[in-house]
Amino acid sequence: MKEQLSLQQMKNTCVELRKNIITMIYKAQSGHPGGSLSVAEFVTACYFRAMNIDPKNPKWPDRDRFVLSKGHVCPAQYAALAMKGYFPMEVLDTLRKEGSILQGHPDMKKCPGIDISTGSLGQGLACGVGMALAAKMDGKSYRVFAALGDGECDEGEIWEAAQTANKYRLDNLVVFVDYNNLQLDGTCDEIMPLGDLAGKFRTFGFDVYEIDGNDMEQMMAAMDLALVVKNGKPKCIFGRTVKGKGVSYMENQCGWHGVAPNEQEYKQAMEELDRQYVAC
Amino acid sequence: MNEMKKATRDGFGEEIVLLGKENPNLVVLDVDIGKSCKTGAFRKELPAQYLNVGIAEQNGAGVAAGLATCGKVPFVVTYAAFGSMRMCEMIRQEICYPHLNVKFACSHGGVTPANDGASHQAIEDMGILRTIPNMTVIMPADYWAARKLVRAAAEFDGPVYLRFTRDAIPVIYDESATFTIGKANWLREGKDVAIIANGDTVRLALEVADKLAQEGISARVLDMHTIKPLDTEAVERCVREIGRIITVEDHNILNGLGSAVADVVAESGRAVLRRVGIQDQFGMSAPYERLLEMNGVTAAHIAELARGLMG
Repeated sequence: MKEQLSLQQMKNTCVELRKNIITMIYKAQSGHPGGSLSVAEFVTACYFRAMNIDPKNPKWPDRDRFVLSKGHVCPAQYAALAMKGYFPMEVLDTLRKEGSILQGHPDMKKCPGIDISTGSLGQGLACGVGMALAAKMDGKSYRVFAALGDGECDEGEIWEAAQTANKYRLDNLVVFVDYNNLQLDGTCDEIMPLGDLAGKFRTFGFDVYEIDGNDMEQMMAAMDLALVVKNGKPKCIFGRTVKGKGVSYMENQCGWHGVAPNEQEYKQAMEELDRQYVAC
Repeated sequence: MNEMKKATRDGFGEEIVLLGKENPNLVVLDVDIGKSCKTGAFRKELPAQYLNVGIAEQNGAGVAAGLATCGKVPFVVTYAAFGSMRMCEMIRQEICYPHLNVKFACSHGGVTPANDGASHQAIEDMGILRTIPNMTVIMPADYWAARKLVRAAAEFDGPVYLRFTRDAIPVIYDESATFTIGKANWLREGKDVAIIANGDTVRLALEVADKLAQEGISARVLDMHTIKPLDTEAVERCVREIGRIITVEDHNILNGLGSAVADVVAESGRAVLRRVGIQDQFGMSAPYERLLEMNGVTAAHIAELARGLMG
């Protein structure tokens, strides 16, 4: 049994992840900070608590898989991969640069630890369903973790994939919905009302855990529960989150979807994040 | 020529069962159109390797991508119109870009779904898919070609699009025929005109060659079953050795076999080319042979073009 990080350690790991996200986007002067920050607790909970992975053996056939269906928030995943040791931390400085393994959207052929290339919204969940199905067909115990954006749930393919997860009883699939209620052109309510999104997943056969998706304690509890309940139902951690979480001027601001901070903004973000470390 | 007729989709349906028994990682993924695409025997004999995701093609392609990352060899089975166009972006993003080992086995290619009308006739599919990097695009000419090329696709590592006919077409090969992906089959040697065809039109090319032979015109016939990667060496030989080329296909003359051959011919600048195929127009409900006729895909028209090229 591997040693688990305490709640305080997990919170601090998540602060570290956020700092790495902002730093890499600042250095690239390109990328998507808002959604990367809102999904940080889920990514941290996956990589630093839930997932059976071996950074030295990224293609280990029995590893748990991670699917970043909202591929534009890859800085969050890249930060986690670097912090886990898949590649040196300095590589984060190459985000979006020519020749980098850290493409603007995740590329499984270039970057170790990326299980599927994503970037076109709505497509990742189906891939995750395929992975979870393969595990079931082979009688293997690996699990699949998929991060979805709320705006992404406008796409019909998400619901096609959800039906398939239900049909094949994929209780080895954990879907996280990053419900920050902001998409590129405005609020979800304004651009395309999603209605009772958590209820939709429930209707599609998922066990749904509704939490504050930026509360690490709730995230850890939901994750632990999602992984022990083996009832043939796919799991959905429905997280109400804040886009831009952790950096005051980015929080709930649609404008920070795909913009990099300037030098002054970067310094402020780092100062704010540094104040979020908790005593262990 | 053997007078027996058989649809190439039947060749797929038979060979895929053998392949599934040989490789437990081979998976057939249907989208509720399996009966028509001949996966019935596979479903019955290999249920543990069979999936059906319903009428949800985009998801079907995505699920296949996920399966492939975990070592499965999925054959996604549908009609050509849906397997190329409805799934197109998923094929590009999730399968061709990461070069995953997924096969698309699509029946009802070209105008063979004749009575179904334009919605089901796929005249754009091969052209669309050959534009995507990493994709291999194949159309077998008969039942035996279908069986052999399905096997070759299963043994090949990477995305492959296979296109079959709905209608029964004459069997021109026998069990001993051999096929290599990306290499044309040389069916007739000739020195006056080269006819390069694929799929259900290869038999037309052979018919034309017989007809022309009686008039003293010697026609080379190539079965260009793979339009990507194209056997450019074979085309270049036709340019160099003959200089008069006719392409024939049950596909839009834009972007299909004719265009692929035209790319090579244009760069060589030393041959004349005529393209026979669907004339960039939608079809309608009508008999298959009539639809071909409306587009000039007939032995008489091809022969006329050949005579014209001879001046």
